[in-house]
Amino acid sequence: MSKNTLYDRVWDQHKVATLPSGQDQIFIGLHLVHEVTSPQAFSMLKESGQKILFPNRTFATVDHIVPTLNQVRPYEDPQAEKMAQALDDNVKEAGIPFFNTDSGKQGIVHVVGPELGLTRPGMTVVCGDSHTSTHGAFGSLAFGIGTSEVRMVLETQSLALSRLKVKRINVNGTLKPGVFAKDVILKIIQHCGIKGGIGFAYEFGGDVFDAMSMEERMTVCNMSIEGGARIGYVNPDQTTFDYIEGREYAPKAEAFDKAVEEWKTLASGPDAEYDEVITINASDIGPMITWGINPEQSVSVDENLPNLEQFSTQDIGTAEQAYDYMKFTPNSPATDININVAFVGSCTNSRISDLQEAAKVLKGNKVHKSVRMIVVPGSQQVKKEAEEQGLDQLFINAGAEWRQAGCSMCLAMNPDKLIEDEVCASSSNRNFIGRQGSPTGRTLLMSPAMVAGAAIHGHVTDIRESL
Amino acid sequence: MSTAKRVEFSGTGIPIRGNDIDTDQIIPARFLKEITFEHMGSYLFYDARIDENGEQKDHILNDKKYKQASFMIVEGNFGCGSSREHAPQAIMRRGFDVIIGVSFSEIFSGNCKAMGVPTVTTEPERIATLLKVLEDNPNTRLHLNLETMVLCYHDTEIPVYLPQEKRDSFVQGTWDSLGVLKANMAEIKAIDQRLNY
Repeated sequence: MSKNTLYDRVWDQHKVATLPSGQDQIFIGLHLVHEVTSPQAFSMLKESGQKILFPNRTFATVDHIVPTLNQVRPYEDPQAEKMAQALDDNVKEAGIPFFNTDSGKQGIVHVVGPELGLTRPGMTVVCGDSHTSTHGAFGSLAFGIGTSEVRMVLETQSLALSRLKVKRINVNGTLKPGVFAKDVILKIIQHCGIKGGIGFAYEFGGDVFDAMSMEERMTVCNMSIEGGARIGYVNPDQTTFDYIEGREYAPKAEAFDKAVEEWKTLASGPDAEYDEVITINASDIGPMITWGINPEQSVSVDENLPNLEQFSTQDIGTAEQAYDYMKFTPNSPATDININVAFVGSCTNSRISDLQEAAKVLKGNKVHKSVRMIVVPGSQQVKKEAEEQGLDQLFINAGAEWRQAGCSMCLAMNPDKLIEDEVCASSSNRNFIGRQGSPTGRTLLMSPAMVAGAAIHGHVTDIRESL
Repeated sequence: MSTAKRVEFSGTGIPIRGNDIDTDQIIPARFLKEITFEHMGSYLFYDARIDENGEQKDHILNDKKYKQASFMIVEGNFGCGSSREHAPQAIMRRGFDVIIGVSFSEIFSGNCKAMGVPTVTTEPERIATLLKVLEDNPNTRLHLNLETMVLCYHDTEIPVYLPQEKRDSFVQGTWDSLGVLKANMAEIKAIDQRLNY
């Protein structure tokens, strides 16, 4: 059992009661809603004649199904339109603030929450989406829930939960040039495995995290769930407070100062006790790419894909399946892999700093003639900021497409999809079979800079060579 | 949804081989565009079962011998990936009451519990044996008791595991937490007032 960690503090502060089964009833301070996992929850609420308990703790946006080319309603896809309409009706009836595409604030829910100052230290945050772990970057306990749980939160603003163990993951030293937050989390998942976090909350710390910006911390926490950890967080510090200050929903003036004083009491103390502690050296992290069908199957770009002999009896089956599906050869160089599509976007890497890193690599270069590249800002606000910086023009001049905000090609719920067995260099978070919309499509996860590098050369490239 | 106690389960089982079977495999994302769960059962493992021409592939779920199975036997890290409840909904609506495996993703496991479907675990060697037994004899009767935490088949009895709290909620009939959560409404409102946000 952990002690004196942020996890323990925030958990205890939100505990309503111990339930008959022994689980804890935990109050949910912030509930974020999107169109995919909410319709059935609102229907269930309505059918039982109940109302939402705290509409002021609930905020909605639309992200998974929105087209990134033509967002005019009604959407061309009748199912998407039906889903959007259901959300329109539900938020209106419930009296929930809704950041729709007319608002100027719409976007991927895990980009929108933080940028509006909704996400803050010490909160419990849920959403019907596994990448809710993103918000842990602020020192909150944030996790994904299913539709029935969405309904429970709407009606009771609470959930029945079992306490997790806490694994402290230190990354010490300084990241080398060309190595980004995305590479850090891919390395952590490679090290701990996709099951390593089952039963744990991951607390990320050490020099590298101390030095990270909030957007970088969000990239890492976003993929905690890919390592099996439902919750992943970074202790809040001055970087956190500075980010939040002045944002639309953040407390202001004296209220902000008071909040900061309270936030300072949350971080895991020197007396913190963890269930497990691991340490990774920053110098061991290179630009990473996944080569397989789950996020743990990765290598550094200067390595060869692993030999089958390197796998344990437990993992060999999935490894063979991965090579078979991806049509790659064991022991071949990562840089041999050709790509057809390049995607910069997703809740992992679509914030302004991600677009800036991709732009830096693309500047003065062109997207390879064999590659189609799309750049999808994470929100309407990110899009606006990028355009003010001229990033849109840079992407367009290089031969990439500049899109409107949404989840896009991360998953197959909107028109942005792979065709047949295309290989996609992607800044998203999942490389499962069929993830990007084609049952034979192939996904390589990497940082936005690495996506841009691959886009220029038509194959996976070590971006450090051109730095 | 009835919150009857879920203690004993009997039926035949279907062996699903493969580690790290993720929610995109269990139910491809395009089916999440339906706003009700009604049809989810027919989309279970869709792309693994049905080819681009709508023809059935060689998948055990298409095998008539397992059509009546109410137990699903799986391997490690089953249900990893998304929090989409559509995945366990597809499994439940296809007729499965219990899933037994080596390990499960937590979010998936929580979603199953919300629907009254226990996700019990046992050792890899025991799963390997059980998978083979079911492949050799699809009519094998399985019997699970969550009070004794024992799974019986033929003349074999194996221990199964579930975290104490989850197991108690199935046995007590409080697996659908809504009722127990609502009972503490006064305390919920008190915390809402007390929190600094």
